Amino acid sequence: MASHLFCGRVNLNILREAARKDLREFLDKCSGSKAIVWDEYLTGPFGLIAQYSLLKEHEVEKMFTLKGGRIPSAAVKNIVFFVRPRLELMDIIAENVASEDKLHPRDFHILFVPRRSLLCEQRLKEKGVLNSFTNIDEYILDLIPYDGDLLSMESESSFRECYLESDQTSLYHAAKGLMTLQALYGTIPQIFGKGECARHVANMMLRMKREFAGSHTQILPVFDTLLLLDRNVDLLTPLATQLTYEGLIDEIFSITNGYVKLPPEKFAQKKQGEGGKDLPTEPKKLQLNSAEELYAEIRDKNFNAVGAALSKKAKVISAAFEERHNAKTVGEIKQFVSQLPHMQAARSSLANHTSIAELIKDITTSEDFFDSLTVEQEFMTGVDTDKVSTYIEDCVAQKDPLIKILRLVCMQSVCNNGLKQKVLDFYKREILQTYGYKHILTLKNLEKVGLLKPQSTMRNNYPTIRKTLKLWMEDTNEQNPNDISYVYSGYAPLSVRLTQVLARPGWRSIEEVLKMLPGPHFEERQQVPTGLHKKRNKPVILVKSA
Amino acid sequence: MTRAKPEDDEYWNSSKFKAFTFDDEDDEFSQLKESKRAVNSILVDEDEDDVERVSWSGEPVGSISWSVKETASSIRSGSEQSFPKIDTTPSLSKQGSGYSLSSLFKAKSKPGAFQSFSESFSDTSFRTYAPELRKPKSDGKDFVSDLSPEETVRRMQKGRPFSLEKFRSLQDKLLLLDEAVAVYDGNVITAVLIFLKKSLSKEILFRELMARDVALRHYVHYLKEMGEQKLLVELLKALGRTEDMALMHYKEHLNIKDEGRRRDFLKSCLSLPFSQDDATHVQDHYTLLERQIIIEASDKKADAEIFKKFPRKASILNMPIITTLYYSCFYHYGESEGTFSSPSNIRKTFRISEKQYILTALGARAKLKSWFDVDSLFNTKNWLGYTKKKSPIGFHRVVDILHKNSAPVQVLQEYVNLIDDPDLKLSGALKYKCHDVVINTYRDLKDRQQLIVYREKLERDSPEYRKIQELLNNVQIRWKN
Repeated sequence: MASHLFCGRVNLNILREAARKDLREFLDKCSGSKAIVWDEYLTGPFGLIAQYSLLKEHEVEKMFTLKGGRIPSAAVKNIVFFVRPRLELMDIIAENVASEDKLHPRDFHILFVPRRSLLCEQRLKEKGVLNSFTNIDEYILDLIPYDGDLLSMESESSFRECYLESDQTSLYHAAKGLMTLQALYGTIPQIFGKGECARHVANMMLRMKREFAGSHTQILPVFDTLLLLDRNVDLLTPLATQLTYEGLIDEIFSITNGYVKLPPEKFAQKKQGEGGKDLPTEPKKLQLNSAEELYAEIRDKNFNAVGAALSKKAKVISAAFEERHNAKTVGEIKQFVSQLPHMQAARSSLANHTSIAELIKDITTSEDFFDSLTVEQEFMTGVDTDKVSTYIEDCVAQKDPLIKILRLVCMQSVCNNGLKQKVLDFYKREILQTYGYKHILTLKNLEKVGLLKPQSTMRNNYPTIRKTLKLWMEDTNEQNPNDISYVYSGYAPLSVRLTQVLARPGWRSIEEVLKMLPGPHFEERQQVPTGLHKKRNKPVILVKSA
Repeated sequence: MTRAKPEDDEYWNSSKFKAFTFDDEDDEFSQLKESKRAVNSILVDEDEDDVERVSWSGEPVGSISWSVKETASSIRSGSEQSFPKIDTTPSLSKQGSGYSLSSLFKAKSKPGAFQSFSESFSDTSFRTYAPELRKPKSDGKDFVSDLSPEETVRRMQKGRPFSLEKFRSLQDKLLLLDEAVAVYDGNVITAVLIFLKKSLSKEILFRELMARDVALRHYVHYLKEMGEQKLLVELLKALGRTEDMALMHYKEHLNIKDEGRRRDFLKSCLSLPFSQDDATHVQDHYTLLERQIIIEASDKKADAEIFKKFPRKASILNMPIITTLYYSCFYHYGESEGTFSSPSNIRKTFRISEKQYILTALGARAKLKSWFDVDSLFNTKNWLGYTKKKSPIGFHRVVDILHKNSAPVQVLQEYVNLIDDPDLKLSGALKYKCHDVVINTYRDLKDRQQLIVYREKLERDSPEYRKIQELLNNVQIRWKN
């Protein structure tokens, strides 16, 4: 199902089709019947590109999950491993290959996603199995079309890799992906960026462009501007609790690869014709994207506006069902019947989202959620960020989940441009005593990436940034928003503000603030072949890491 | 190992796959043009999975993760009975102007281009991949060995044959490294680093890396990945990054399961050059585990009343200090400070704040319903010898904790009365149904209306009810409403 990719301003289905084409080609390279052994992590991202039917057409008869020992028997000619380039996975593959039945050998292939890794191949060689592979290839899955207006690299660890492990390979992938994008949608004439990593990506793109000099794509540029932003330019936004409908689903149940798993109880009784009392024990899995009309309508609403939207929708649907009483003539009845499937789909979608909204409401109306949000908002508005927060202290005393504590402490640090040494030491001691000394390492990592830091001699510049970029809006309208601050009921995400200012009036107006944020800011222009110029205004933003 | 198979011929004869040549530099261009043509044709392409079915679990039928489960389970159930299927149709039929992502940027969708870097290091650089054997011999190293650092790196990026052997002098090697760094491709940087690691002495490599930050970071990451702990520690030492080294060493303890060995390992960490703060924490970590081992050994066979009444659910090993303190307040309350397991000893050794101590002890004693112990936690004597209740945590929190442990109303009431803030006091009293406190508060506020409202919530003729009645009949009170 890819209809959701058509609805944005740019037809992202082109990208998806290109990716599918690539997949088909690789599968055909391993001629004959085949079984795919999946690195389980990849099934999610691949699901955004292709379905089993496509694989089946290309003689994929069996699919397994990668695990140690012997691969289950299957009468196929080829065994194809779809894996990320990770050393630990190479060890499993080596084990698989080594325990293969010598009497009925099958052909082995590896498809690395998103890139081949020389390191991994070396590991396979050390294990003495490298020569067992007929094909070793890579499948570039850099930018995955996620929704009508969203591409994602689905590489959740790239922030960690770039800032903690100093492995910038994901930046290379980002640049590659953007080159693909330009090959499909035309050269992007303007590139803006902020941050060390953004600078790297732009440099790589320009270099790659030079290497392809002479092979100008003759495609009318679809995108006008590209904005590259480092995650560490805006550490605050991901720390704050998201308050849109989709945001809260993610906060509470976490959305992975466009799917969410929900507790089944709320969805049990709804099914008709299933008289059984047996409650389903497996979580209910739902796909969430804009192909679903209702979801597209409410996903980005502040959660406080979702209830009204749902009840409005309920009225519309029941009115539509009521229509049947008015249908008198055969023609009218026929018309009604023809609309039934659509109406029923709408009804079940409504039922699902009502259940989800109920689940969320249980949490958002709790005292705990309210208190935590209050503290977040105090930090974001600069209230008492230089003292120990008794709320955080109490949360530690109650042994709340560590992640909640860390999020709050980091937020306080970010909103205060570092914590006073005394305050930082206090939090550290409390955390280590309550959650274990081994978290010395956790805290060290947070310090290394800058999420947590002691206050330097420099003055706290967060208030200036907040005021200049209007990061806090007092009169946010949650129901009919006219400003992005509605998504956090007051806080406007810094990266969004940077984008808005860039669009109008331009970054020159905020030079001072840009200097306060980490990393260089820059502007590059790319030559567009003459005759392909067109005035439009469609900024594409790539925000690195989640 | 040759894998000449019928379809191999098919493979090589098919028009799409040309034999490997090196003159493929312009291919990108022609492929791009080809791509564009394809893009235009894609737009009208029908999508075969437009209709999506969803299985009960909510996983769309036919999605990949669903299918992995389905096809795998059919095997486990043993229904796999089909005969081996002989492949008769060469599956290269799906041709046509090939538009693919990979073709945009690399020439290596052509077979024969596979080249693993490992080949470049090995003495016998012949590949055993089937397509490789069919490669013209002239592809060999003489051709690739003449390349500039720039060209070599480009080839590595594109997965074409390359050789690093010819980079013999230190200067050449460093040029190669700098070139790899300039393209930011971590994969290539790492490959070059592996080559340098093999061909340069440690000292020289370390020295050169110190001047190359990006390469150095990749090298550190590589050593971590490969688990080359010893070399890594040496490198960090050479770099003067002793704190990183200490932390990395410390991290190892997570892999040690046996508590005795873990304790010894932590002890060996004590002399490492941590920052001052961390040194204290690591020392505490070691002391804690050491204590826990002693306590665990004696409590496992303990037969005191408390252990029979409340059997231990889990061992105390590797638990955080606050959990350990709770355990000690639960099982070892009142022991003299001299014993390792006594709360007071633990509190002192680990410098636990008064607040944390009171909270933890309160939780443990309330759980055991030892209200007397709870009481004495807050008692302080002033210089006249009067006892007075004081708490480093607000009494409203004390009440919450007591209530959570189902303390009786009499106990709750006493602590509700101690809440300073009148609003908190009233809301606490209402929440936990401490009638006397509620009534007295309203009385003090001279709030007649609220008293009447509250009376309605009470059982008729209960003592509280009568108390309100009396108050309302008292003519001496000047009600405000």
